[in-house]
Amino acid sequence: MGTVRVQPEDFSPGAEFDALLARAPGAGGLGSFIGVVRSNAAQPIVAMTLEHYPAMTVAAIASIVGAAETRFDLLGCTVIHRFGRLLPGDRIVFVAAAAAHRRAALDATSFLIDWLKTKAPFWKREEMADGTARWVEAAAQDAQEADRWNMG
Amino acid sequence: MAEVRILYFAWLRERAGRGEEALTLPPDVATVGALMDWLGRRDPALAEAFAMRRVVRAAVNQNFASAETPVAAGDEVAFFPPVTGG
Repeated sequence: MGTVRVQPEDFSPGAEFDALLARAPGAGGLGSFIGVVRSNAAQPIVAMTLEHYPAMTVAAIASIVGAAETRFDLLGCTVIHRFGRLLPGDRIVFVAAAAAHRRAALDATSFLIDWLKTKAPFWKREEMADGTARWVEAAAQDAQEADRWNMG
Repeated sequence: MAEVRILYFAWLRERAGRGEEALTLPPDVATVGALMDWLGRRDPALAEAFAMRRVVRAAVNQNFASAETPVAAGDEVAFFPPVTGG
């Protein structure tokens, strides 16, 4: 039921919202999240490259989507994750969840992005303005935010 | 004689100097943990990377694995740092 795509190219959020709603008759609401490449004034980055594990990526995301569909009684959802070299401000990830009521749609959206951050095999490498590059380290906070869905 | 395909990602790939390799494992190497020990004995660069066990993750046949997960002929074993997508 869920749509999962892993691709280098950008996506159109509007077109994805329309497509999801068309597949989810009876939906009363749609929650969404779009992640973008972040830079900051103190340590500006030139670009970010996302590496992934192609044989595993789609299956890992589909497993997360399946868990969300069951847990939140979704009528449909879409997850798109880009890979390759992206620039500051570029969209990285799109998550949208359609449900009968707003709470399920919004909670499912949080669940999906929290789990993607800790269970989908992607790695971010940042190119800095001074020519150096560094692999982004996993944030302890990401694990905590994913773990909260295991409680209760 | 079990041949396995081994993949490395992100900084583990850079440390290893290769993205993948096919190796025939000795009979006593039958788990992810034993495989890491064996690979480290063969390659100092991997030994150094694997010394940070807390930050090395593994998957067997595209499923997240632990040190105790069995490894057998024909398996695909991947090593990588904690994921940072999203």
